[in-house]
Amino acid sequence: MNATIGRLLLTRLVAAILTLWFVATVVFVITNLLPGDVAQELLGQSATPEAVAGLRKALGLDLPPWQRYLEWLWNMVRGDAGRSLVNGSPVAALIGSRLGNSLILAGITALVAVPLALVLGITAAVYRGSVYDRIVGAGTVLAVSVPEFLVASAAVLVFAVQLRWVPALSQLGRLDGVLDVIRTFALPVLTLTFVIVAQMARMTRAALVDVLSSSYIEMARLKGAGQARIVVWHALPNAIGPIANAIAFSLSFLLGGVIIVETIFNYPGIAKLMVDGVSTRDLPLVQACAMLFCGAYLLLVTMADIAAILANPRLRHR
Amino acid sequence: MSSTTISARRGPMAILARTGRMIMPAIVLFWLAMAFFGYWVAPYDPAGIQDADLFEGMSRKFWLGTDYFGRDMLSRILAGARYTVGISLMATSLAVASGVLLGLAASAIGGLFDAAVSRFLDALISIPSKMFGLVLVAAFGASIPVLVLTLAVIYLPGCYRINRSVAVNVAALDFVAVARARGESTLYIMIREILPNMVGPVLADFGLRFIYVVLLLSSLSFLGLGVQPPQADWGSLVRENMPGLPYGAPAVIMPAIAIASLTIAVNLTIDSLFGRHARDGVR
Repeated sequence: MNATIGRLLLTRLVAAILTLWFVATVVFVITNLLPGDVAQELLGQSATPEAVAGLRKALGLDLPPWQRYLEWLWNMVRGDAGRSLVNGSPVAALIGSRLGNSLILAGITALVAVPLALVLGITAAVYRGSVYDRIVGAGTVLAVSVPEFLVASAAVLVFAVQLRWVPALSQLGRLDGVLDVIRTFALPVLTLTFVIVAQMARMTRAALVDVLSSSYIEMARLKGAGQARIVVWHALPNAIGPIANAIAFSLSFLLGGVIIVETIFNYPGIAKLMVDGVSTRDLPLVQACAMLFCGAYLLLVTMADIAAILANPRLRHR
Repeated sequence: MSSTTISARRGPMAILARTGRMIMPAIVLFWLAMAFFGYWVAPYDPAGIQDADLFEGMSRKFWLGTDYFGRDMLSRILAGARYTVGISLMATSLAVASGVLLGLAASAIGGLFDAAVSRFLDALISIPSKMFGLVLVAAFGASIPVLVLTLAVIYLPGCYRINRSVAVNVAALDFVAVARARGESTLYIMIREILPNMVGPVLADFGLRFIYVVLLLSSLSFLGLGVQPPQADWGSLVRENMPGLPYGAPAVIMPAIAIASLTIAVNLTIDSLFGRHARDGVR
């Protein structure tokens, strides 16, 4: 039994690593497809051919593509992402200085969003068909069809401009005490929470509704068990797998939201770093950030997969 | 069938329900029309600086206020529909058309072709869409043709996946086997036998895909990586007016509301046409 699980988990892990390799290849191909020359672009139109040739050699652009690909891949594996084309500092250092900020933002959002989504999803499933359920359902459809920057700017308008509770921009300078922390993170976290709670609550509700409609719940009901006992004691244990799956999957939506939120609130995280990198076409920086985001995404999706396997014995036999 | 029962019903509630059902498709049609005629319908020149303050509020003269140059916001939003709706429609059509074609081919040809295409496109799904967009824009720049192609490429894998699964189900039916036994060509089977039986799911998928494309295009433009000035879609309008946010200028929030009105209207129109479950197959 345990051996089967071990083998299944190993397959998932290998699949994730292979996918990451595929993603790396796609990223490399896309960023090297353009005939335009990075060296030419860096030096401008007035550069002498000798200077361009020299820089090409320095950047390794004179090597054949497959050799550059292998070298790039090997450097990525070692964690050496090269140097920024814009200011020449190592990409790894640039990312290192920002990564913590992004992780804090994502972590706080997860702490707020996961309990909220669970409560919304579970109560909606328990009161299925009620007005409350329909309001939650309509709310989640609205939330996923609205751009993140609408949520963010509406939040700024209400809480920063009208009520003046918080500053409009995040400044990660001095954080004196709890109040300052709350003020800094309130709006970014609020926006991100709004974005991912909808998805999570929908999936949680669906998972629990599924379990609640099975015949053993019917049996418990006929036995005369109370509603609370049925939900907590009978239904939830069997829904934990799908719910964990929903949580991990929805957290992967954080990545998309973070890009907008860090930009709109001027928050010094890696998403902001990457967006700046794209606008200056700093390809090594963009490649490294893309790999980081795709890696995080794959990690979450794989965790969702593994949670589903561990929780559902039927999946072990596929 | 259901329309007769509805029209047979009278009373204020029925009228309310009926108009409610009409509003969402009406909004979709309105924005579609604006994509073509918005520039000419606009009350002022979208690029012309009016005799007004910067970030003016809503007034009889300027219904949605003015922007950071003192230009009329309503005119700019109406003119911007051309880019938001136009680019999104082109990109969605491209993604759905190639997704349907590849899905059909995979189901009709099967075998190694099916396996290879499915594997490749499924692996592409593991790149988050915004990330994919950023990498493509970093590599190829942000001209409008590139944007259309970028958006189409990003949503092609999801499109392929759903159309293939629909096509495979149709291809397993008896009349397709009969057509094969008759000796019809693969192309004939794809176009004449399978395709007509997947029109509903394809249309529902088109609508949902369109919403994702609008949101991604707006996000890219909002980041300054989509439609470039002087052209402005709704995402760019939000971006260029962000300095007005501390003053509570309608110039910031109105283009965002325009996007939301479009995506929500399309979403609810699909719900009423195809049923709510149509959404669950996607993504």
